[in-house]
Amino acid sequence: MLSIVNPNIQENLIPVLQTVSDPEIPVLTVLDLGVIREAVENNGVVSIKLTPTYSGCPAMDVIGDDLKKAFSEIGKKVEIELVLAPAWSTDWISEAGLQKMEAYGIARPLSESHDKDVLLGEKKLVKCPQCGSTNTHMVSQFGSTACKALFKCDDCLEPFDYFKCLK
Amino acid sequence: MKENHDLYNYILGIADNSLILAQRLGELCGHGPSLETDIAITNISLDLIGQTRSYYQYAAKLAGGNKTEDDIAFLRLEREYKNVLLVEQPNTHFGYVMARQFLFDVYHLMLMERLQNSKDENLAAVAKKGIKEVSYHKRFSSDWVKRLGDGTGESHDKMQEAINDLWRFTDELFQMTESDKEMAKLGVAVDLSELKEEYYEKVSEVLKEATLEVPENKYFTKGGKDGIHTEHMGYILADLQYMQKTFPNMKW
Repeated sequence: MLSIVNPNIQENLIPVLQTVSDPEIPVLTVLDLGVIREAVENNGVVSIKLTPTYSGCPAMDVIGDDLKKAFSEIGKKVEIELVLAPAWSTDWISEAGLQKMEAYGIARPLSESHDKDVLLGEKKLVKCPQCGSTNTHMVSQFGSTACKALFKCDDCLEPFDYFKCLK
Repeated sequence: MKENHDLYNYILGIADNSLILAQRLGELCGHGPSLETDIAITNISLDLIGQTRSYYQYAAKLAGGNKTEDDIAFLRLEREYKNVLLVEQPNTHFGYVMARQFLFDVYHLMLMERLQNSKDENLAAVAKKGIKEVSYHKRFSSDWVKRLGDGTGESHDKMQEAINDLWRFTDELFQMTESDKEMAKLGVAVDLSELKEEYYEKVSEVLKEATLEVPENKYFTKGGKDGIHTEHMGYILADLQYMQKTFPNMKW
């Protein structure tokens, strides 16, 4: 069930990490999102390196607190370090995460060049997560959170979020 | 140590621009002309605050002692803030806000593109992360400058007036303090004088596309980088520092 193989994440910590989700996209766990860069346990203390999706992402503080809480429930202390380099990219979201995101109603990020085309309104490529049509248009470059743009489907007329490509 | 002192000042010079502009944009939360622009403005503000936090956390580490990012953000006097005058100018109207944002974003993106090659790995990391965000900001503000400039007669005039009014603050973007110069020698800071020509070319390009005239005014106002601000700064700080002044040492 786990599609992300990150050698810096100790295997025995994965079950706990999987219980912590992104507060803004609750169907994604921190592992799906790819924000855990490292997780190792030394002498009962779990050291986690966390990277933000966007610099000002308010979810980071909450994720940090949630991680501490999740590990404290099994009697483990957590030390969290925020790392900026290398910068997070949407490529780090796992395939399983992308599928969950789509099922949740958020269109998945396109490739970098396609992303530019759709945000400049030149091409219609973003697939409506409700009906699957690509007859969609951008309503706003910025959506409900910094990482998303607001779109509308011209076939089923539903508005939806598109997760912007970040590379 | 002299080097640490210069690095500290250099970081604050960059970070304060982001903080004060973010504060200005934050004032518009719930007051944007439409839901989409309101959300966009506050998202841009959030990106800038995020970048500011990374810079301040680094500066606080350099300063040592018990200093935190919050001390740097909230517990300084007006003269100690090193932001440029451009970012503290008021939210006169939406066109004015977009003109201010555009004049800053063009500079900001150029700065970030160079800062990512800084010999200081912390600054390079913040810049690398920030570039992605600032590219979006610049796209957004450029679009609005074009849309309003090349819009109705009224929107054109308002955008032209805003550009004319804010033009006098653009030269300060390229002014370098003593600390900046010392840091540039070490390959940490960006040599701002190298950016100037390209900046005005890029700005002019968008203005032309927006059917706006490029101001010819050669009189420029400066002072922010030395802590000498316009009259607007006191009001911004009164708002920004309100909680710390009312409840000293309060924490979230």
